[in-house]
Amino acid sequence: MTDASDGLTMVDAINRALHEAMAEDDTTAVMGQDVGVNGGVFRVTEGLIDDYGVARVIDTPLAESGIVGLAIGMAMNGARPIAEMQFSGFSYYALAQIENHAARIRWRTRGAHTVPLVIRMPYGAGVRALEHHSESREVFYGHMPGLKTVIPATPARAHALLHAAIRDPDPVIFMEPKAVYRQMREPIADDAEPAQIGTSRVVRRGKDLTLVSYGAMLHRALEAAETLAAEDIDIEVIDIETIAPLDAETIAKSVGQTGRLLIVNEAPPSYGAAGEIAMRVIEQEFYALRVPIRRVCGWDVHVPFFAREQTYLPSVDRIRGAARAMMAD
Amino acid sequence: MAARKASAKSAAKPNVSAEELMAYYRDMLLIRRFEEKAGQLYGMGLIGGFCHLYIGQEAVVVGLEAAAKEGDKRITSYRDHGHMLACGMDPKGVMAELTGREGGYSKGKGGSMHMFSKEKHFYGGHGIVGAQVPLGAGLAFSDKYKGNDNVTFTYFGDGAANQGQVYETFNMAALWDLPVIFVIENNQYAMGTAQARSTSSADIYVRGEAFGIPGEIVDGMDVLKVKEASEKAVAHCRAGKGPYILEIKTYRYRGHSMSDPAKYRTREEVQKMREERDPIEAVRSLLLTGKHASEDDLKAIDKEIKGIVNDAAEFSKESPEPALEELWTDIYAKGDAPQEEDA
Repeated sequence: MTDASDGLTMVDAINRALHEAMAEDDTTAVMGQDVGVNGGVFRVTEGLIDDYGVARVIDTPLAESGIVGLAIGMAMNGARPIAEMQFSGFSYYALAQIENHAARIRWRTRGAHTVPLVIRMPYGAGVRALEHHSESREVFYGHMPGLKTVIPATPARAHALLHAAIRDPDPVIFMEPKAVYRQMREPIADDAEPAQIGTSRVVRRGKDLTLVSYGAMLHRALEAAETLAAEDIDIEVIDIETIAPLDAETIAKSVGQTGRLLIVNEAPPSYGAAGEIAMRVIEQEFYALRVPIRRVCGWDVHVPFFAREQTYLPSVDRIRGAARAMMAD
Repeated sequence: MAARKASAKSAAKPNVSAEELMAYYRDMLLIRRFEEKAGQLYGMGLIGGFCHLYIGQEAVVVGLEAAAKEGDKRITSYRDHGHMLACGMDPKGVMAELTGREGGYSKGKGGSMHMFSKEKHFYGGHGIVGAQVPLGAGLAFSDKYKGNDNVTFTYFGDGAANQGQVYETFNMAALWDLPVIFVIENNQYAMGTAQARSTSSADIYVRGEAFGIPGEIVDGMDVLKVKEASEKAVAHCRAGKGPYILEIKTYRYRGHSMSDPAKYRTREEVQKMREERDPIEAVRSLLLTGKHASEDDLKAIDKEIKGIVNDAAEFSKESPEPALEELWTDIYAKGDAPQEEDA
């Protein structure tokens, strides 16, 4: 992890990207509950209202469905709204608007209309809360054709991916791992380029096993990989970054070389991203697999209150245990 | 709690007895001291996640409960500790839920926002803003269907009043004459957004007019006025005349949650409310000036409450954390739970 004295936290990095985007393009607008005067529940939108005013930094009523519906209308009429849901668990009120309109307008209008909308939402466990304050439902969005769903794992990637999301002509669900918000710092160059949505990123090279993860769990995956190096297990770690559309090529290419695939995420396992990633690799590299694919996920339960939060989350030990077992198979 | 025993039949005029006044004082003080203790435990790291304190709003639940009878139901959102204490739930069980322990009302799995008591007809504790409102109407629907005269107190805040579901519910409640009292606890701030910055109408209860639901504004810093309004609303509902709206103007002294930058209001505004409108001080003053109680009587109550709250805090620290296996329980009926493989 980067030296804590150097660089920006993920909160700072997203805030900076928002400031830059607002300065660059006056069709952008930030909207959501308490994003203005209060600077956002996690302080992500701090200072925007001072620089861009109430016309473009909109404190909305508490009405998720209304916020997203309004943003879709704005986007269809020339704006680039960046809407905030205070927690991903509060976005379910807005699911109908996202599913029925945001994801379908391009298709339905045969391209006449687009919805260049970004919906930002903190997600995932790690703040000792429970249920909708901590859950990972990225597959709700990954499952909907017409949406892009992005999850950055580090401050610099959050900065680069948010720029890409704002410039994207289609709706992007931008899920921010709140456990990483203030967990690490990274330097970001003044001329940092936007990322490319839809590409996975190899973050550690290795030859024995491909370990795929994203969001806050990427850091546990990396820690497992680093510590297993002492046991002569050489792990390649891939950060998928985009849930949908998934870049399976990068993962399949890696598995073609290592012959082993382990997937780590904090969502419940059933019908989740891990299953999708596994299937895409099977389609391309089934014969390269030396041992069965494994996954280390949350459990098929609701995220519990803090006493059992760490039992719910994939631990470094569970990841290491799965990797060792695969090497021994 | 004692306040519940106050008769719903008493006249609309605040001809309140000394006994009742003492009960309101005691019930409000219990909430105040309980919440102060919860704030301390949060500061000590014993309570995790989110914690929304009810301090300042005590007269709302105590006044409303004064008109309730056995069988009446209540449902609210996440600022729910006061509601639970006011309907007679055990402070130990509430505090132990805040600390996430086995002795809590949800066995440590629900936390501050998600507690229930079938025995006391408390239907939660809900974290999603406004989402409990249709549930409240549903509880009332079942009572009407069963043919009893129970009413359901359905609480929500000024922030929730801008959620669409509230109006879907108003329509159905009016359409079917459901015995539901919509209690808008208007503490004037939806998290950090003042009502005037988020809400198109100055009064919220007037929105009921479009659905034919009567309602009124109530001074929520005066427990006797709340009680009087509650009796009126309860009588309306019990008589089968359908829903009623009480918009209760109140004020929370503390932040929205424990992590509140408090940039949306001044210290002076909070201080002024505390000094001039405190609901507990008001009753205390009535008790003393009416010679219903002496300073010593009140001190004895203070001491008793302190003991109850300290016991609750001790219990909440000593009660064990939920067993590991509890992670996989109560997802489905017993025996149907997901299997853990390598926990």
